[in-house]
Amino acid sequence: MGQKLLMKGNEAIAEAAIRAGCLHYFGYPITPQTEIAHYMAKKLPKVGGVFLQAESEVAAINMVYGAGSTGTRVMTSSSSPGISLKQEGLSYLAGSEVPAVVVNIVRGGPGLGGIQPAQSDYFQATKGGGHGDYKQIVLAPSSVQELYELTVEAFNLADRYRIVVMVMGDGILGQMMEVVEFRDKEPIERPDAPWATTGHGCERSQNVITSIHLSPAVLEKMNLSRLEKYKQIEEKECRYELFNDEDAEFFIVAYGTVARIAKSVIETARQEGLNVGLIRPVTLWPFPRKAIDKVMGTAKAFLTVEMSAGQMLEDVMLSVCGRKPVYFHGRMGGMVPAKEDILQKLREMKEQLG
Amino acid sequence: MAIIFQKPKALKDTSMHYCPGCTHGIAHRLVAEALDELEIEGRTIGIASVGCSYNSYDYFGCDMIQAPHGRAPAVATGVKRSKPDSIVFTYQGDGDLAAIGTGEIVHAAARGEKITVIFINNTIYGMTSGQMAPTTLLNQYSTTTPYGRIADLHGYPIKVCELLATLDGPAYIERASLADVKQIKNAKKAVKKAFQVQMAGLGFSMVELLSTCPTNWGLNPLESMNRVKDELVLHYPLGVFKGESLEV
Repeated sequence: MGQKLLMKGNEAIAEAAIRAGCLHYFGYPITPQTEIAHYMAKKLPKVGGVFLQAESEVAAINMVYGAGSTGTRVMTSSSSPGISLKQEGLSYLAGSEVPAVVVNIVRGGPGLGGIQPAQSDYFQATKGGGHGDYKQIVLAPSSVQELYELTVEAFNLADRYRIVVMVMGDGILGQMMEVVEFRDKEPIERPDAPWATTGHGCERSQNVITSIHLSPAVLEKMNLSRLEKYKQIEEKECRYELFNDEDAEFFIVAYGTVARIAKSVIETARQEGLNVGLIRPVTLWPFPRKAIDKVMGTAKAFLTVEMSAGQMLEDVMLSVCGRKPVYFHGRMGGMVPAKEDILQKLREMKEQLG
Repeated sequence: MAIIFQKPKALKDTSMHYCPGCTHGIAHRLVAEALDELEIEGRTIGIASVGCSYNSYDYFGCDMIQAPHGRAPAVATGVKRSKPDSIVFTYQGDGDLAAIGTGEIVHAAARGEKITVIFINNTIYGMTSGQMAPTTLLNQYSTTTPYGRIADLHGYPIKVCELLATLDGPAYIERASLADVKQIKNAKKAVKKAFQVQMAGLGFSMVELLSTCPTNWGLNPLESMNRVKDELVLHYPLGVFKGESLEV
């Protein structure tokens, strides 16, 4: 490992993107992620890149669509209301299979909501916020170090599968400062892009990037081929962390900032004689069902903790599939689950289940 | 036997789906002739929009991207900024460019993006079957103004060239017509010049082409051409709105 720097989460994302070879950024200001744009505006012109402040989120994601279509590594970033505006573009990117990285530093909603951290965009990110049958890979870092590493990885995944990869943090992760240890050389994988619209140079046949197929049979076939790709991603790209999982009776399932709180809950619970483990999904889509299966032997029950009304909860329930009880604790609107409240929930579970 | 007239190389040898009397075919040809004459097809990326010309990539031979409704100028911006040596054009109708895509066209023009916009103004939504467009004239009938466009209810038509010409970003803006041979010849010069402006890196260029829609106007092809000549030009005067003295 190389250089160590104390950095804000948002800045680490921007630095990671540049290190991953992303020299094109199109964005629109919105709290709490605007530092990404500031960093890009400062750095990109110095490394021969392009920073462009778009007139809207809608325009920004379409600029991403254009740049991505030429096989260029490209990124945009926003926060919840802005990500809603980008959904049209995300659906087109998916339908045309143009790779891109999109960062969502989530804030409380719905509507204009607030500017404090939340995880209430889980459904939108993982179930397809735009129209049509499509998926995007969703990565959920839980530290500034991981924001850096997963952002680099996001570009590799996007290119490997010609897919949109969303890096989804929350306002705490975007704003907090931590030490980041940068690698001397990034593990960059860049497959050729023979599909890209770069101008055929009178040397090859025409390339077309499109998502419209008016023949139902053709459109279904396109969807089926993408489903095949999604299946491969589900098989190969599930990522998660298990913490204190040996013999634990109760499992907290939490991602991002909340997973960090869960870890400190687990320390205290142990002192009370509560044996609690953590399942931390790192990919929210594909959701790491295997992690749930893995602990099913010892687990008596699961507790999903989120900064939402219970969104990942549904994926946990689908994965547990009635085999064990699933409990939930959530806070909303920028409120963060308190350690004591999670502990109390675990005590209640213990009491009910013995 | 000598060939004295043929399809431009930049157009594919295929029949088009456009209605009889529609001027999309002429507009496509003018773009393709410019690409041929300037020898730029190989480095050109076209952006198709949403409307009757959504599949213009079936007709143009250059690399093409199909953009979401109204977003072509933003997509073009992404292409041009990532491949500055390429030639990028959008091909958009009046609903696409002047209604749902107003934000994108104004800001691409204001930024002086080095792209070329081919703007087809036939005063109506063609593909979705004849609804009012932002360019629909007062008193004009459409499926959503069945009693005619009334200013009090539907507002006034937008003159896009005049609007964009108020900005500092555009280098060249011209309105031409496809209604007869003489006007088509002028339109051809305008389209070619728009690409030359881009090649010279001078800034944003746009040509508005007054066009027909016989199917949704309820007129035959000849009547449609006459409507462009007699009526449309009165509301949408032909001419150069920006960059008249520009030498390319």
